[in-house]
Amino acid sequence: MLLVNSVKQFVTRRLPDALHRLGSPRLFFETSGRWLPWLLALSVGLLLLGAIWALLFAPADYQQGHSVRIMYIHVPAAILAQSGYLMMAVAATVFLVWRIKLADIAMQSAAALGISITFLALVTGAIWGKPTWGTWWVWDARLTSTLVLFFLYIGMIALRAAMAHRAGVGRACAVLALVGLVNLPIIKYSVDWWYTLHQPASFSLSRAPTMPLEMWLPLLVMVLAYYLFFFTAWIMRIRQLILVREKDTDWVRQWLASL
Amino acid sequence: MKFDSLVAFVQMDGQGLYVWAAYGITCLLLAMNLWIPAIRQLRFIRRHKRDAQSAQDRQE
Repeated sequence: MLLVNSVKQFVTRRLPDALHRLGSPRLFFETSGRWLPWLLALSVGLLLLGAIWALLFAPADYQQGHSVRIMYIHVPAAILAQSGYLMMAVAATVFLVWRIKLADIAMQSAAALGISITFLALVTGAIWGKPTWGTWWVWDARLTSTLVLFFLYIGMIALRAAMAHRAGVGRACAVLALVGLVNLPIIKYSVDWWYTLHQPASFSLSRAPTMPLEMWLPLLVMVLAYYLFFFTAWIMRIRQLILVREKDTDWVRQWLASL
Repeated sequence: MKFDSLVAFVQMDGQGLYVWAAYGITCLLLAMNLWIPAIRQLRFIRRHKRDAQSAQDRQE
């Protein structure tokens, strides 16, 4: 009986309390402010390192030649386009279940960032496609489902703009984010389910590398750099939106006065 | 290093245009994603400082 009561107390009181404390915009703003300079330096540094490695030191492909160097920016962009959506969907779930404002801000920020990253995946893919496939674009399953992902991100922003200042805008966006989640497995398995021009995944941490190490290592650096960059840019957007939404609170006034 | 000269590095056996276009647009878009929130935050701070200043002026 004692155990049941303490479990019940944890689920109904302790857990929501902890989430609300962690989800406090002020706590996030202050903590992330300390981390941001380091994250920024590390992500830009890793991006530069990866780019120099990919452009100057990675080997040319025996079939593709030097155009294979586009892989080092295309693959991480495509990975982040999908990971970013997943992170946005997690924020959407947290917002729907616990009504935490910070999760709504995180969802909005991830959508804006996701548009850029997905656009990059599509454009670098098209530029890489021209010399290797002989075409900028084909209506191939992987390409088409990634285009759908791009439109889903745009839909998130458009829906928020259309419902601005109306009650329930956060919830509507969260529902759209969760419905769009169905697209992620389609992108992932498109290369296995359909006969596509796009090659199957060549980069995975759970399988042995399918490419030589001198290509796999710079790609790993770039994937890490893109993740760090995503978090950095995400945090920057969240902080900016926190300031706007909380501008009339005492702590924002105090923070502004301290500058 | 995989290139003998700067010219070879830029041309990349005739594929330079593709490679550099892809890297250029990536660089531009990533930079934009740092620039936009940074400039918005700066504007927010400036606007506030101005408002605070004018409020103070009115008081005096």
